[in-house]
Amino acid sequence: MVAMDYEPDAAGQESYILCADCGTVISSANGAGLCVGCLRNTVDITEGIPKEAVLNFCRGCERFLSPPQTWVTAQPESRELLAICLKKISRPLMKVRLIDASFIWTEPHSRRIKIKVTIQKEVLANTVLQQTFELLLVVHTGQCPQCTRLAAKNTWKASVQVRQKVTHKRTFLWLEQLILKHNAHKDTININEKRDGLDFFYAERNNAIKMVEFLAGVVPVRTKASEQLISSDTHSNTSNYKFTYSVEIVPVCKDDLVCLPKNQAKAWGNISPLTICSRVGNTVHLLDPMTLQQTDVTAPVYWRQPFDSLATVTDLVEFIVLDVEPSGPVRGKYVLADAQVVRSLSSGNNSNMDEDGMGDDGIYHTRTHLGGILQPGDTVLGYHLTNSNFNNDAFESFNQDRIPDVILVKKTYPNRRKKSKPRNWKLRSIAKEAEDVNENSNTIGRGALGRKGGVDQRNVERDYELFLRDLEEDKEMRAAINLYKHDQQSKDENDEDGDVGMGDSNKKSGSGLKGGKKRNGTAAAAAAASGMQMDEDMDTGAGEDTDADDEDEEDFPEIDINELLEHFEEMDMEDGGEEVQ
Amino acid sequence: MAVRTQFENSTDIGVFSKLTNSYCLTALASSTNFYSVFESELADVIPIVHTTIGGTRIVGRLTAGNRHGLLVPSTTTDQELQHLRNSLPPSVAIQRIEERLSALGNVIACNDYVALVHPDIDRETEEIIADTLKVEVFRQTVASNVLVGSYCALSNQGGLVHPKTSRSELDELSSLLQVPLVAGTVNRGSEVIGAGLVVNDWCAFTGLDTTATEISVIEATFRLQGQTSAAVINEMRDSLIDHYA
Repeated sequence: MVAMDYEPDAAGQESYILCADCGTVISSANGAGLCVGCLRNTVDITEGIPKEAVLNFCRGCERFLSPPQTWVTAQPESRELLAICLKKISRPLMKVRLIDASFIWTEPHSRRIKIKVTIQKEVLANTVLQQTFELLLVVHTGQCPQCTRLAAKNTWKASVQVRQKVTHKRTFLWLEQLILKHNAHKDTININEKRDGLDFFYAERNNAIKMVEFLAGVVPVRTKASEQLISSDTHSNTSNYKFTYSVEIVPVCKDDLVCLPKNQAKAWGNISPLTICSRVGNTVHLLDPMTLQQTDVTAPVYWRQPFDSLATVTDLVEFIVLDVEPSGPVRGKYVLADAQVVRSLSSGNNSNMDEDGMGDDGIYHTRTHLGGILQPGDTVLGYHLTNSNFNNDAFESFNQDRIPDVILVKKTYPNRRKKSKPRNWKLRSIAKEAEDVNENSNTIGRGALGRKGGVDQRNVERDYELFLRDLEEDKEMRAAINLYKHDQQSKDENDEDGDVGMGDSNKKSGSGLKGGKKRNGTAAAAAAASGMQMDEDMDTGAGEDTDADDEDEEDFPEIDINELLEHFEEMDMEDGGEEVQ
Repeated sequence: MAVRTQFENSTDIGVFSKLTNSYCLTALASSTNFYSVFESELADVIPIVHTTIGGTRIVGRLTAGNRHGLLVPSTTTDQELQHLRNSLPPSVAIQRIEERLSALGNVIACNDYVALVHPDIDRETEEIIADTLKVEVFRQTVASNVLVGSYCALSNQGGLVHPKTSRSELDELSSLLQVPLVAGTVNRGSEVIGAGLVVNDWCAFTGLDTTATEISVIEATFRLQGQTSAAVINEMRDSLIDHYA
């Protein structure tokens, strides 16, 4: 006999009733008294959820509208697309619990997207019903606002026209680096080079205003805003404008010689009218090299009575320092000194020292603010005033006796330039110039400037080289921008050229400034045969070969490797240029 | 025979009527439609009384009764009591009860022999119930509900109880009542049986929402199928003869 264990009557705890509608036996645990099928027939939990919706799709950029305003790229049957689709029924979905959603395959050309959605909702007391339904989305094609604007050739809403009425491009090269450093070009949709400047285009007005504010913060400018009515709607009282901001940069640059009108010079601390521009920040710093007196000219003050520069960097000539004797006053890094200088032989007038016929020996005595850095034997750049002929009212009215023969401006390092030593740093650029060069060998230019056969393409390369030298020689200037380490491999490739990115020897008009490279007649002929032109108009560089001293200037302001930044995106310097010579 | 009806658009007819083997109470309505349904079925067999209890129409929930008697709550006015006395057969005892749980229809479920009552009811009331209705009284719950009158409907033939009543509880209740019990619903899934259904030994009235399935369950449970009052009397006579033979 088998022993029987007592088991509590589990079945006895259950209770069964007949479904009120269909009469099948069901457990009465469900509070409705109906079987699941009958309950589902009675209650529709998908009630109030639309089963059909419209999806907006832009044909131009193949993006979907994600309400309310954004346009999102979404692959077919992707999570992003599912999110956009469910957003269409998000409001009614708040009242139920979303369990699952998946795509049902549809033919892409049908422009229909089907989604299987499973939801749960509590009906009656303690009864949760789950139901699956199909959501049909009809894809309506159209254009997004961006594509509409593109199609209407109406891509920008605001532009900033930056102009500086000078012959060189240094300010803009400097500005480009500042913009890169501060990431001010982030929202720019296009940059165009125009005569005397650049145009920046923006999709939104506030981006342009931001750019104008940025410019006003870094350079002395005058701004003028204007707007053009594109369209207006009288019904909704809205109108569509294009905004243009004209930004003019003060035409006085660093190292320029300035002759102020007499009354103005008196008003600004009774400074001597003949000054040099020592620095341009968001104000113009004028320095009297004879007394070390300084004055700052802010943009509004400048534009009240604009003055022009008397002579610019291109008018600088080289002098050799014979003797320097500090005369006492010191102001910051400037030390006032008496100097004896003579015109440098390489400056082109070596044949006749006494060319002005005044019977002197070509030695000029002058006062300079460079007493701190000049040593006898150094080369220095300055304005040779006795040799110059200016056409300027303020200069005419200035007491001619008080005009010095020479005004020294900055120290230079010609021997250093003769070394074909490659730079171990380079600069970023807003535009991908390297790619442009590869695609089209005729293209010259630096970043935003001089591309596509720009307005001043011949000068751009020269200005760029001068700009790089300025950076090398001026620590303050370097501190304001980002320098990057030069990649070692591309350095080897560019070794012959010795500077950054200028090394495509197939260029139709290469740079004439090859960092002091030796060019004898045969080399020049070879260079000419390979399509190079010699720019002989460079007097600041070392165009001619001299067998003079090979030793380095020991006080050359080397760029410390720690100043350079590692990361150098955006630029690909793999231009497999042939070697010259 | 089960009849579907409603009281002024309400399907809870058990609230507004009380049906026993010897009388029927209906609430006063703005029209006599509800009364007419009962009249058409019962007119020549038992008296149908229009009444209020304590001025309210919820006569089914406030009163409890069977063939032998009728219990009314303390809120019943003398006038109503007089009216009931005049209308009901002299064999039916009428008793007014001073009970805290005054909705007697909700706390008492009975047939002609047994009554299930709310567990908290007074001892005195329990005695009155036993004396007036001539029943055995059991304190019980139905599917753990104390309101036994609300959640079941009983006759001498059978009983319908709350759908969640477990099988073991059904067994226990039916052994007390000595009639077969079935768990079920009325009014399309409603579990408040007492509110949706009034029943005696040969006829039942249910709410208008009651489905055909529920009707069939009710008719099977209370043995109403194809039975007239004459057939019931015959059966009763047979059982009496068996009893006294």
